[in-house]
Amino acid sequence: MKLVLRDITKRFGTLVANDRISLTVEPGEIHCLLGENGAGKSTLMNVLYGLYQADEGEIELDGTVRNFSGPGDAIAAGIGMVHQHFMLIPVFTVAENVMLGNEATGFAGSLDLDAARERVREISARFGFDVNPDAVVEDLPVGVQQRVEIIKALSRDAQVLVLDEPTAVLTPQETDELMQIMRQLKESGKAIVFITHKLREVREVADKITVIRLGKVVGEASPTASNADLAALMVGRPVELTVHKNPPKLGSDSLVVDNLRVVDDLGRVHVDQVSFTIKAGEILAVAGVQGNGQTELTEALLGLEDHVTGSIKLNGQELIGRSVRNILESGVGFIPEDRQIEGLVGDFTIAENLMLNRSHGEPFVKRGSLQLDKLHAFAHEKVKEYDVRAPGITTLAGQLSGGNQQKVVVARELSRDLELLVAAQPTRGVDVGSIEFIHKQIVAGRDAGVPVLVVSTELDEVVALADRIMVLYRGQVVGIVPSDTPREVLGLMMTGERPEGMTA
Amino acid sequence: MSTTTAASVPLDETPLAGVTTVIDKKAPVLFGALTIGLLLLVLLAGESGDTTFRLATGTDFFEIPEITVPSIATTWLMVAICALCTAWSVRLYLARRRTPMWLVVVFALMWMIGFLTWAATGATIPVVGLLAGSLALAVPLVFGALGGVLGERAGVVNIAIDGQLLAGAFAAALVGSIVGSTWAGVGASMVAGMLVALLLGLFAINYFVDQVIVGVVLNVLVIGLTSFMFTQVLAPNAADLNHPPRFEKIPIPVLGDIPLIGPIFFRQTAIVYVLYITVALVTWALYRTKWGLRVRSVGEHPKAADTVGIKVNATRWRTILLAGAIAGMGGAFYTLVSVPQFNREMTGGAGYIALAAVIFGQWDPIRATLAALLFGFASNLQGVLSVIGSPVPSQFMLMLPYVVTIFAVAGLVGKSRAPASVGIPYRKG
Ligand SMILES: Nc1ncnc2c1ncn2[C@@H]1O[C@H](COP(=O)(O)OP(=O)(O)O)[C@@H](O)[C@H]1O
Ligand SMILES: [Mg+2]
Repeated sequence: MKLVLRDITKRFGTLVANDRISLTVEPGEIHCLLGENGAGKSTLMNVLYGLYQADEGEIELDGTVRNFSGPGDAIAAGIGMVHQHFMLIPVFTVAENVMLGNEATGFAGSLDLDAARERVREISARFGFDVNPDAVVEDLPVGVQQRVEIIKALSRDAQVLVLDEPTAVLTPQETDELMQIMRQLKESGKAIVFITHKLREVREVADKITVIRLGKVVGEASPTASNADLAALMVGRPVELTVHKNPPKLGSDSLVVDNLRVVDDLGRVHVDQVSFTIKAGEILAVAGVQGNGQTELTEALLGLEDHVTGSIKLNGQELIGRSVRNILESGVGFIPEDRQIEGLVGDFTIAENLMLNRSHGEPFVKRGSLQLDKLHAFAHEKVKEYDVRAPGITTLAGQLSGGNQQKVVVARELSRDLELLVAAQPTRGVDVGSIEFIHKQIVAGRDAGVPVLVVSTELDEVVALADRIMVLYRGQVVGIVPSDTPREVLGLMMTGERPEGMTA
Repeated sequence: MSTTTAASVPLDETPLAGVTTVIDKKAPVLFGALTIGLLLLVLLAGESGDTTFRLATGTDFFEIPEITVPSIATTWLMVAICALCTAWSVRLYLARRRTPMWLVVVFALMWMIGFLTWAATGATIPVVGLLAGSLALAVPLVFGALGGVLGERAGVVNIAIDGQLLAGAFAAALVGSIVGSTWAGVGASMVAGMLVALLLGLFAINYFVDQVIVGVVLNVLVIGLTSFMFTQVLAPNAADLNHPPRFEKIPIPVLGDIPLIGPIFFRQTAIVYVLYITVALVTWALYRTKWGLRVRSVGEHPKAADTVGIKVNATRWRTILLAGAIAGMGGAFYTLVSVPQFNREMTGGAGYIALAAVIFGQWDPIRATLAALLFGFASNLQGVLSVIGSPVPSQFMLMLPYVVTIFAVAGLVGKSRAPASVGIPYRKG
């Protein structure tokens, strides 16, 4: 089916998320939408999928203009979408998720689960997936959940398939497999829209590339264009794709983690037998696919987990068993992986957010009352130093863009005397310009002699920042390797394979 | 990067390092505390005498003889058995294993026998009456809890169950009296429950008002309205407007003659049989039909439901209206069976107990029903014991249903998980 989007405009209040975007996708074609976070890619696809109504413009399928009042209409017209945040019901089984909204029924509306299972098996077989129709979705790894999403779309006979940032949650190997699947789908005549901001992938599968910036189409590119050209088109200026840093000036062993084990309330072991050491002035970067224990590891360091065994010694002092407040006061800085939930209070001003970790006493609190003048002076200084783009220090943090929110968090954490910095996904959802800046600040912290633990699911970021790389898989350390380890080896380690001749 | 797909991740498991079982110590601690409690009762307030348990009603297939036991010795025996259960539970805990459900049931049964033996020293406990009365008290709770389960499964918190029960009771009394038919009363109670649900939906679904607040306000509103109508309209014309016909007990042939079970479950009024059918239907529909799948999906992840073309708010609306009708029917039980007339605030907060049953029952219709039955039992136990004159102070006995509620919810409910999106209004992008 041929898809034509013509002059689509979508506004959220005063923000124009899509500004007269046009796009043509032919059957049997993989069309890549490339753009930074916030460029408007998901919005455009949600318009196509009937989740949002376009303010202007039209959608044409095989020559006829269609009007979708909801996703039901779009599905019926042959459009399928794998959303950036999966649209699966975690507590349902695979079969239930696949049939939802499209249920085969028997007597008195009773569910025909057998038919649904059969459908799952049939589509799985066609693409060589290994998906158990009776598995509960929340128990499945994200890679499999994504396949469930694809099965879901195909079970409704989608002719146009939209994949919104499907590789964000995958290992390099899983990504390769997905590309394989996309090629297979393309050969069967589907029109595929593939959204990403990763340049490498684009050049590998795309037949056509459309680049979007700030809601507008800024150009088309051929898959043979260079990385630097694509990046410049995407960001609007030439970008520095590497981080410059001097060789580390290593101090003594600062953070010593020994045989750490983290269990959750349901008894699931998220971190097991993890031991590592970070020296003062060193960055240890943790690589791994999302959900392999990284979150629990950082939370254990901060005292946020309940069932922790082993030992975490910071400059010789045990951290396990201490309160979060106590740990923070002993000089641990934390950039959490979800700034909206853990890093910032959206309804507080920038200034208030900057003092969140120092709300007990000097310099900002004296005898229980806020020292507003001191706070404001401090906030002005930090906003300037960290280049936070905002109307003023009393702007609510929730109103800032992702990059600026993250700068506030980084400013707060780095403007104390630190004994340890833990940075979890420090640049997720942050624009390329701010990424450069935040990376520089983290490296500056390390050069000042702070031991740094960086956790990132983006291999590029890990490689750029790390002095050494620790790969986690299923909560265990696969290996700790030098930062110049080849990407292929790291990718393999992320699947749990230990390269030959290496010990953990 | 190579394009081979040699090393694929094993796809059938979560990326965890492993699973151990985390056992909480609620069961052994609770067992221990209750056993010590019972021990103190016999030690400090045990009186010698006999206790009689009457299990028969006279019209059964065969008669179970009365059982008479020496109080102190029997209570001691039960203390011993409870202590054994506790010890076992502690041992399992130390071995990092869960206390199995059957052990909890055995413990509860033995403890209750011990407690009853002690409390009714020198008297006779009508076991059938105790249990049948429990069912009677539980009926409105079960209807209310079913309504609660449905609403919450669809993502709408319903604090207004009490209001729905009360409105149902009022409408059943009024319409039942005017029309002179019990079934007309039942129909009216369902409509009344739906009207309360209509207000709930309007504010909670359409105007995104906090659902807990709406629910509480609705309860107060219904209390106010029905009390006003009662004093102004019903009370002055009691003979015409507050004198509904009453459901008669219909014994079911054969089933009703089974000893113990028959007189408890199958010599009831029609509305109780309707309840059995409703429990079965709701359970089946929720888990086995397209309708139920969709209801659960909008309660768990409405956005996901939306993306497959399910109208989230329409689904929620239909579900809470149905839930309102079911809860309203529970109200009819008060005025058409229990006391055949309406009284001010006659539900006595039963809706809140029904809400506790929803949570204790972990949002499952069958388990919520069992929870409601437990609360019914606790309430009735209090009544029966005060009639046969037990040594327990009446103030304490009045607390019993609530104490049971708290113990049950705090102590026995494991990690229960509410529908993920309950209480959160759905707004489209
Ligand atoms: N529902 C919404 N309400 C208001 N603003 C939105 C909404 N969805 C997206 N936006 C804004 O629209 C812009 C484009 O977002 P999005 O389409 O998600 O970007 P992309 O998918 O390219 O990362 C962003 O600035 C985002 O903040
Ligand atoms: Mg997006």
